[in-house]
Amino acid sequence: MKLKYISPVLVLFLVACGGIPKDALQFNIDTLADRQLQTRKFDIKDEKALILAGAGVLQDMGYAIDESETKLGVVVGSKNRDATSGGQVAGAIVLALLGGGSTPIDKTQLIRASLITRTSDSGSILLRVTFQRTVWNTQNEITKIEAIKDPVIYKEFFEKLSKSAFLEAQEI
Amino acid sequence: MRNINVILTVPVLTLSLACNAPTAATVLDSGGKETQLQLRSMQSRVFDTTDREKTLRTIIATLQDLSFVIDKADLELGTISATKLSGYNLRITVSVRPRGTTQLSVRANASFNDEPILDPKPYQDFFVSLEKAMFLTAQQVD
Repeated sequence: MKLKYISPVLVLFLVACGGIPKDALQFNIDTLADRQLQTRKFDIKDEKALILAGAGVLQDMGYAIDESETKLGVVVGSKNRDATSGGQVAGAIVLALLGGGSTPIDKTQLIRASLITRTSDSGSILLRVTFQRTVWNTQNEITKIEAIKDPVIYKEFFEKLSKSAFLEAQEI
Repeated sequence: MRNINVILTVPVLTLSLACNAPTAATVLDSGGKETQLQLRSMQSRVFDTTDREKTLRTIIATLQDLSFVIDKADLELGTISATKLSGYNLRITVSVRPRGTTQLSVRANASFNDEPILDPKPYQDFFVSLEKAMFLTAQQVD
């Protein structure tokens, strides 16, 4: 029972005045793997056509385009989605049945995507997409702020883009 | 139960008071001991190139390598803004300006969980990452 009260205080203590992690602005062992996961090479000379296709796929996936600067190969989109997880709901019900009162569960999330193109040394176009999300619970508190690194999501995005652009997405 | 509430309320209030700053200081970020010149110096580097577009594109690629998602990019203004979410919220704006006729000045300013970063080390790290991607040396501004 006491833990329920103490853990949010500990989190607050750590977050409130904590400093920037030492490696936040350094390349690390995951840098190259992340780049490979999030990037594909397309044998196309028209960068603008690829970024248009990419923006179209973001729209297909329900994203609103927030920002674009095609001269720099940049398109940014976002969407709000439900974040309710069956597991959390079940857990909250079990806790309530055990007399633990109402437990906050994840409710909504803001997902952001940035899609960037650039020309590779060989002349083909590289497209890198990155996703991140912020999750709020039923008490309107932020419970997660994280980069999305699930390989399945990236694989599916590039499959959709390949179909949309009639081009083969090659791994780098 | 009342005891627990009292025990927890005191440190929480103390924490919030310790971390809060007056409005004038937060609007102008004038509370720090760093002078404007010191701040600019730690946040800026000079590169021997005049290719603004290539520099901006390299900055974007570097920020992506550092797990940022790009928020805004403006070629005309020469600015890129990006956010990194990793259990914390790290926001950065990087701007590129011509310096003389042969160089570009790159300035980065960042905030961590809504607090400005005034420590030179994270900026050094960023420019070390950027110069690797640029294949050019980041020179300290005089």
